Amino acid sequence: MNGFTGNEIIHQYLRHNKKFPHVLCPGCGHGIVLGTLIRSIHSLELPKDDVVIVAGIGCSGRLAVYVDFNTVHTTHGRALTFATGIKMANPKLKVIAIMGDGDALSIGGNHLIHAARRNIGITALILNNSIYGMTGGQSSPATPEGAMTMTNPFGQLDKAFDTVELARGAGANYVARGTVFHVKKLEKVLTDAIGRPGFSIVEAITPCHTQFGRKNKYKTPVDMYKWLKSSAMDVERYNELPEDKRAGRMPIGVFVQRDREGFEELYYQRQAKFLEKVAKGGK
Amino acid sequence: MARRKKRKEIFALGNEAVVEGALLAGCTFFGGYPITPSSEIMEIMAARLPKIEDGVFIQLEDEIASMGAVIGASLAGRKVLTATSGPGFSLKQENLGYAIMAETPLVLVNVMRGGPSTGLPTCPAQGDVQQARWGTHGDHPIIVLSASNVQECLDMTVTAFNMAEKYRTPVILLLDEVTAHTREKIEIPNSGEYEVFSRTVPSMPPEWYKPYEETVRGVPPMPPLGSGYRFHTTGLTHDRNGFPTQRPEEVEELVERLHRKIDQFFYDIQLVDTVMTEDADIVVIAYGSVARSAELAVQQARENGIKAGLLKLKTLFPYPRRQQEKVMATAKTLVVPEMNMGQISREVKRVNTGRASVRTINRIDGQIVTPSEILKVIMQG
Ligand SMILES: Cc1ncc(C[n+]2csc(CCOP(=O)(O)OP(=O)(O)O)c2C)c(N)n1
Ligand code: SF4
Repeated sequence: MNGFTGNEIIHQYLRHNKKFPHVLCPGCGHGIVLGTLIRSIHSLELPKDDVVIVAGIGCSGRLAVYVDFNTVHTTHGRALTFATGIKMANPKLKVIAIMGDGDALSIGGNHLIHAARRNIGITALILNNSIYGMTGGQSSPATPEGAMTMTNPFGQLDKAFDTVELARGAGANYVARGTVFHVKKLEKVLTDAIGRPGFSIVEAITPCHTQFGRKNKYKTPVDMYKWLKSSAMDVERYNELPEDKRAGRMPIGVFVQRDREGFEELYYQRQAKFLEKVAKGGK
Repeated sequence: MARRKKRKEIFALGNEAVVEGALLAGCTFFGGYPITPSSEIMEIMAARLPKIEDGVFIQLEDEIASMGAVIGASLAGRKVLTATSGPGFSLKQENLGYAIMAETPLVLVNVMRGGPSTGLPTCPAQGDVQQARWGTHGDHPIIVLSASNVQECLDMTVTAFNMAEKYRTPVILLLDEVTAHTREKIEIPNSGEYEVFSRTVPSMPPEWYKPYEETVRGVPPMPPLGSGYRFHTTGLTHDRNGFPTQRPEEVEELVERLHRKIDQFFYDIQLVDTVMTEDADIVVIAYGSVARSAELAVQQARENGIKAGLLKLKTLFPYPRRQQEKVMATAKTLVVPEMNMGQISREVKRVNTGRASVRTINRIDGQIVTPSEILKVIMQG
């Protein structure tokens, strides 16, 4: 090991000219995800200059401002579109898109599907807190059926999106889920995702006690972390459970793992071949 | 002087000329979504860009994504183009505002079609003039250019790229269907014949760089992502370091600079052509294909002994106020023909403040404004 403690690593990556404290509520899971992301990047030994963090809008979107990489805070739901342009323009860059569940699945749902289908070499890190945090606790497409929010007077009537199934269906190269309670596992899948070619999605389940917990019997951050602890289980074990035992359990781990080359790699390879042909007088 | 190399001549569509102009200006990235009557720009780009070293063409899932992609590519250092029409232009507006706020150079071509809504997909109109000015939210300056013939489509595209890079801002090129779909002989300038401007990159060490620093021109240098200058880009109101701020003095400084970097270069940005305006009693103010009808009408009026002239707007915004005032020194009547309900005539009236009489000609039936229509109004005086 490199002899650093977690904090020392993180301090190397925080912006010294940015005024702290940060905007997140004490106990919010988003900070843990950011720490995890930094450790993943560190363990991959990526130079800071080669990393671009592209973020959407929401509490999750604010993470980009604190870290010393190239950071782009975009419009709500559009992080993947900016990221696509950046990756195509300069494929050498490691592009990571941070999005909330509202960001990625609702307003940006179409972009998520198409980034996965296109298999562009970006890692999408989705911070799923089942709610719209920044705007004050309205329903998101990830709000569980029956949960209470500011905008569903009878409890959520429709079913929550399963990010993993959505990503799998759309054709993502790599799909994983983790939680901020199971930090080591989250770090492992995130490192794995960033290190691979093509489009990868990591869903990080991260609690928002302020907006979600308060209305749903998880009054404190600790209540929420206890819930994560008791409901999450490795996907391998989950798959062995009989159907009737699965209710209330959430599989975590790696769901899809392929190694197709990214869209940008394909594009530049084809173009190089084409240019070679043209240079030889072909058409 | 060395003999000028003969220019290549081609027979091209307005939309094709846009592509030629973009490539001359150094564009290496196009992101778009098809829509009539702009689609040829995208199709021709798809054929041409892969032939350029590092040229990237990408078709996205919609116009919002296209706009996001070109902004991303511009931040990564590319000269970028996207093209659309009416409904697509509406979708691009939110990210257009982002590009203004984050000072991202890009060129957005909107080949106007009749509206509102899906309207008249293949008929000429000029209904997006005020949308180009005010389509995104908030107070902001904007540069909107137009072209009235195929050669100008090429020339104004080069100009659009130059202004985008010079002023670190999105530039909109508004065309109408007639201009975009007319086929004419044009000359392709040889490379080096036109001035091509590229953004200023920082020369100081990265530790000293402040991404939104005050400069003489009001335009901060802009390094490509990944070049060693790490900073934060955001659509939020930001301080000189690029970090979000709500402090009144920092908010004001930013918004004021965004305006000033355009305002102080009006002479460079506000482009017009004049035809026989020096002694004109009556001046037609027109843009796009309508300016061609207007030019013929003005010539016919002169043949009939009427001192008519034409002020052709190649820049629509910032509105060429001074150039209008100049023609108003002699003109007592201004005639403003447009394929809309009066989107530029309101600018004309704003500058006029009651001095001359303003006559408008408005067509909103998907038909062009003819020379005889304009001549008729000129003859009425
Ligand atoms: C086009 C647009 N619509 C709506 C908003 C308002 N808005 C800001 S953040 C947000 C939702 C944030 O929720 P999520 O993406 O789940 O992130 P979180 O704050 O929970 O991390 C919304 C709707 C916006 N900024 N832009
Ligand atoms: S509102 Fe929720 S998501 Fe946002 S910072 Fe607070 S706890 Fe975190």
